[in-house]
Amino acid sequence: MTYWIASSPHNHAQSSTAALMRLVILATLPGIFAQWYFFGWGNIIHISIATITALVCEFFMLSLRKRKVKPELLDGSAILTAVLIGISLPAIAPWWVAVIGSAFAIIVVKQLYGGIGHNPFNPAMAAYVMLLVSFPLQMTSWQPPLELMQFSLGFFDTLTVILTGFTPDGFSVEQLRTHIDGYTMATPLDTVKTNLTLGMTVAESTTSPIFGEHFALGWEWINIGFLLGGIFLIYKKAIPWVTPLSFLASLFVCSFIAYAISPDSASSTMFHWLTGATMLGAFFILTDPVSSATSVKGRMVYAALAGFLVFIIREFGGYPDGVAFAVLLCNMAGPLIDQYTRPRTYGHQVEK
Amino acid sequence: MKMNAEYKELAIQGLWKNNPGLVQLLGLCPLLAVTATVTNALGLGLATLLVLIGSNVTVSLVREWVPKEIRIPVFVLIIAAFVTVIQLLMNAYTYGIYQSLGIFLPLIVTNCAIIGRAEAYASKNPVKQAAFDGLMMGLGFALVLIVLGAIREVLGQGTLFDGAELLLGEWASVLRVEVLHLDNKFLLAILPPGAFIAMGFLIAVKNYIDEKQKEKQKLQQSQEEPSTIERVRVNFD
Repeated sequence: MTYWIASSPHNHAQSSTAALMRLVILATLPGIFAQWYFFGWGNIIHISIATITALVCEFFMLSLRKRKVKPELLDGSAILTAVLIGISLPAIAPWWVAVIGSAFAIIVVKQLYGGIGHNPFNPAMAAYVMLLVSFPLQMTSWQPPLELMQFSLGFFDTLTVILTGFTPDGFSVEQLRTHIDGYTMATPLDTVKTNLTLGMTVAESTTSPIFGEHFALGWEWINIGFLLGGIFLIYKKAIPWVTPLSFLASLFVCSFIAYAISPDSASSTMFHWLTGATMLGAFFILTDPVSSATSVKGRMVYAALAGFLVFIIREFGGYPDGVAFAVLLCNMAGPLIDQYTRPRTYGHQVEK
Repeated sequence: MKMNAEYKELAIQGLWKNNPGLVQLLGLCPLLAVTATVTNALGLGLATLLVLIGSNVTVSLVREWVPKEIRIPVFVLIIAAFVTVIQLLMNAYTYGIYQSLGIFLPLIVTNCAIIGRAEAYASKNPVKQAAFDGLMMGLGFALVLIVLGAIREVLGQGTLFDGAELLLGEWASVLRVEVLHLDNKFLLAILPPGAFIAMGFLIAVKNYIDEKQKEKQKLQQSQEEPSTIERVRVNFD
């Protein structure tokens, strides 16, 4: 009998990619549920469109690359990408936005770089940025929360809006976006940004009904939903806890400093935490094992940089939300961060 | 016959095998920056073509008298002179395209495809061949520009030859074709990142064709002459 000499790590969770992906998809459910509750069926329809497109593209690319189609197609990574794209789209964006987005994510961002495990950028966020840059009008036609809408919007109405641009009753996307009082609504982040350029303070703009009672009507619950899903993932050890914590802490510190200096032009820390894509980014995007940094220290730096960038873009940038841009910038910085945060090998001294 | 073969080789090199756009990847800056429409691409392609022929001829003419040590500055001055001529001509006759090309017209001076040809070919070969080489390299570059421009214009705004009258005169406005009717412009195709992605796909297509041809040749060879089996004789003396 001989000893089997294995190299470290000696203790590892032997879970397959597919199991991990299933877990992450499962964890998005609370957030999706909150989205459904406040904004209707739009995102669920977009998720289905994106998933179908992603699977078709994945199948096409895998057969083109002569890979084993079945295991790679069914490992769930394409589905997860599609789900994340579907979540981040405006609920009443036209159907082809989801199709182009997920086709771009799978074909260009994922498969052309070498498939799962080789993509330097997060496919979902790269696709989101591509869509935002290419179709600014469609990608910013956010619909107000259902309870503030002038017209009711059921499943069938949403489906026809997405497919044709009009409800069966003939209302266009523009009309759907109008508030009960007759003006077009934007997201809370957008409203704050626009009002600041109009010379209003943040406190003044938060009186708008879109902010609801707390921070942002609907959005806060969506973010809490993703927070719950994220905590579940950390509990299951599917994602490292360092990344989201560092990201949220960094965003908190940055926005706190800004709020302390000038509360009129900077939104509160909780507003930053609970609007836009903060929690989705913290727990589902930044923790992407492929495109993020690898060591603990590296992840800390990586996520803190992301938090700082999100704050900078939200506060000073041209776009209302900055999670996608921040993630892409950090993806680019990832290898460099890894280079400088290499952990000490056990048993070796750090050279001085 | 020998001359013909040489010209043929030059043509193949310029248009396909050693295409400045697809293989040498020279002059990427104008290639990516101004190919948002076919018209712009055609304008820049023609300008580069003319400059390339002119500079190749001149460099080849003076090649005996240019000292090795200062050849690069001399080449640059020659190219700059031709670019200035072309720029003034375009300013006079095709003012619209002159404006839409903007800084990229004078920037032809720094296009490495041109100085590369002057250095690598024209400074070592007689005038006729140098002129032909300039023509072929210029055509190869212009073709890549036009193809890229066509892809980006169709994807971006669904048209072809939009604004061709700026370059070719009033009659050319009939050239404008509406290929697709897009309600929304696909901005990515018009912006520089789209140019990079489209360029990547073009190079991939070229490499794919090359690979297919290579395979075909191999197949033909193996069919024509059944591979001779080589036996290694090992002698133990």
